[in-house]
Amino acid sequence: MSAIQLTPNGRLKHFLTVSGLSRELLTEILDTADSFIEVGARNIKKVPLLRGKTVVNLFFEPSTRTRSTFELAAKRLSADVLNLNISTSATSKGESLSDMLQNLEAMASDMFVVRHARSGAAHFIAESVTPGVAIVNAGDGWHAHPTQAMLDMLTIRQKKGSFEGLRVAIIGDILHSRVARSQIRALNTLGVEEVRVIAPDTLLPLHVESLGVTVCNDLEQGLDDIDVVIMLRLQKERMQGALLPSEQEYYRLYGLTKDKLRKAKPDAIVMHPGPINRGVEIESAVADGPQSVILDQVTNGIAVRMAVMSMAMSGQTESNKTSE
Amino acid sequence: MNNEMLLIQHGKYLTSAGSWQQAPAIYVQHGHIKAIGEVQNGLQASRTIDAAGCLVLPGLTDLSVALREPGNRDKGSIASETAAAAAGGVTTLCCPPDTQPVNDSHAVSKLIGELAHASGKCRVKPLGAMTKGLLGEQLAEYASLKRAGCVAVSNAYHPLRKLSVAKRCFEYAKTQHLPVFVNPMEPSLYRGSMHEGIVSTTIGLQGISSLAETIAVAHYLQLAQATGVKLHLSQLSCAESVAQIRQAKQQGLNVSADVALQNLLYTDEAAANFNSVFHTQPPLRAESDRIALLEGVKDGSIDAITSAHRPHEATAKLMPFGDTEPGMSLVEHLLPLAWMLDQRGELAFPRFIRAMNEGAAAVIAEPANHIAESAEANLVIFDPEHQHLCLAETMQSTGKNSPLLNQTITGGVNTTILEGVVTYQRSADTLDN
Repeated sequence: MSAIQLTPNGRLKHFLTVSGLSRELLTEILDTADSFIEVGARNIKKVPLLRGKTVVNLFFEPSTRTRSTFELAAKRLSADVLNLNISTSATSKGESLSDMLQNLEAMASDMFVVRHARSGAAHFIAESVTPGVAIVNAGDGWHAHPTQAMLDMLTIRQKKGSFEGLRVAIIGDILHSRVARSQIRALNTLGVEEVRVIAPDTLLPLHVESLGVTVCNDLEQGLDDIDVVIMLRLQKERMQGALLPSEQEYYRLYGLTKDKLRKAKPDAIVMHPGPINRGVEIESAVADGPQSVILDQVTNGIAVRMAVMSMAMSGQTESNKTSE
Repeated sequence: MNNEMLLIQHGKYLTSAGSWQQAPAIYVQHGHIKAIGEVQNGLQASRTIDAAGCLVLPGLTDLSVALREPGNRDKGSIASETAAAAAGGVTTLCCPPDTQPVNDSHAVSKLIGELAHASGKCRVKPLGAMTKGLLGEQLAEYASLKRAGCVAVSNAYHPLRKLSVAKRCFEYAKTQHLPVFVNPMEPSLYRGSMHEGIVSTTIGLQGISSLAETIAVAHYLQLAQATGVKLHLSQLSCAESVAQIRQAKQQGLNVSADVALQNLLYTDEAAANFNSVFHTQPPLRAESDRIALLEGVKDGSIDAITSAHRPHEATAKLMPFGDTEPGMSLVEHLLPLAWMLDQRGELAFPRFIRAMNEGAAAVIAEPANHIAESAEANLVIFDPEHQHLCLAETMQSTGKNSPLLNQTITGGVNTTILEGVVTYQRSADTLDN
């Protein structure tokens, strides 16, 4: 599935999905990100790796955190950055998506960071662009959000030292979650002991166990012996399609409270990709509490995005050289 | 029909009994097969076709070929798509009513008939719209549609939201002695762009539950039983649908069914890379469904196979998967794909031909084609050894949305003959490949 994102030598040239990437490559992304954390702590927070390159943030869905951390990451790599926020109504026809890409390429862009409401949009764009242009997936539909998953992995490694033996629970709307799909893939590739998903059946995709997870419908049972608790954001529109009766009932059954968190290991960490719905999926006392690493995730997001952008760009340079 | 004598030499032909018979000579004249057997010195052929190493088959009947005209000329035209069908060995086809305007009137049916007659490549038997505008609300004028040449009425993948309307359609169709072709789909469950299963879960595409089809099949079988209409279920995709139709037939219900060739060949795995060529309607489902559909064809639960030909312009497929338009351009490669199924041991070639000749013809109450003396000369000469590279420019169809594009195809149609007239002849340069 991921052959399109690798050079013949197995280097990244796009970053579309975690799927199909080896443990070695994922570890290399984490190690590279680690080295960039130091850059963020400097007085002058810049390295010249993408100097003279143009990065276009192509966001077809609204985003604050992801877009701004991508922008900061590109700027810290010394790239020129163009931010485009495109309402999907203007491009509901894909023909204009293709046309738009051609126009942006004509401006000699070197990298597109793409967020789109349709699963597979980043793949489609990677297949459409001319060689030499790198695509980084900033979230496509329900499919993948690989930089989010990798910043979560970096946070877990920082707090837990390694992935070996860890039991990780992902709680909430797995069905519609690109974050969960990417996390599950990354966690299994990096060799955790168990990934457990906790949700009612209405929020679980058919055959979810085929992703390499165990399934639990009950939060308190599910938190037993857990090292890492990952909460997912609950979209308000889930009440419409008869997926859930109400936010209140969801919070009562699946909201993470201090009380319920006691069922997990005492040193368990709590993560959330943001933005948080306080009182819907998580209690403020937990989100702001000592076990929460939610703000570490944001900080790590910049370093991870610097890592994949620099790796993809160098992969593109490498494959251009070999094709010349 | 013409007077010239056509001689097909050295071929092996498929008998009505389904066995292969060597024929040194098949003579065709006045639109009919004049003689089969040895070369006769008394018969002077004005044209001779060498069919050495080839199979001579009855012309195929395809129950669902979208011709796109009127209205969607960027996807195809009656001229281009009937030419593609002839290149695929098809001599009779049904076209679904989802044109623009919808074929819900005498005028549109007549227009299609006239344009098809002018191109002369296939017998075209239109399917009329089951409801006006395919909107699922009002009855179309079935008697007028029938008078204009429609052989059945169909919902063409437009949901019949109200079973009360479906029931009226069935009752009125029975009154007019027209079969109903139904693409079974429960609209409230038919959401998404691929099969709901392991692949959709993995890649995060919204999946269409098998229940969207199987629940609809159950509804329509009951409505058919209650109303007495001749029901044809079009393009089944689920194992459970095959089981239901098998049971209904055992109970003596007047029902038939077909399957799209794509669902006999491919599964949802083919879409795992977001390759929009494999975005089809119905969706490509699980391997267990594919196997059950093949079994259904073998035991006769499924009467017919169709190309479900859906040509598209390039941009219709150049979008993220879920935004692309469904369907494959498959009609001109029916026989090489059938040959592939035979070579894999999945479906015997004569069984495939039966499904696209006797099986399909019976659904629309047309006579099947036979290779026998004095039978109408609707014939296909197929070379199973022929190899050629499938390129956009070698395809007859306007739609290049074929999974075979840029691949080497084994097996090819040399010649198609409709009522004694050659409607397709592979050009010499591709013959030499």
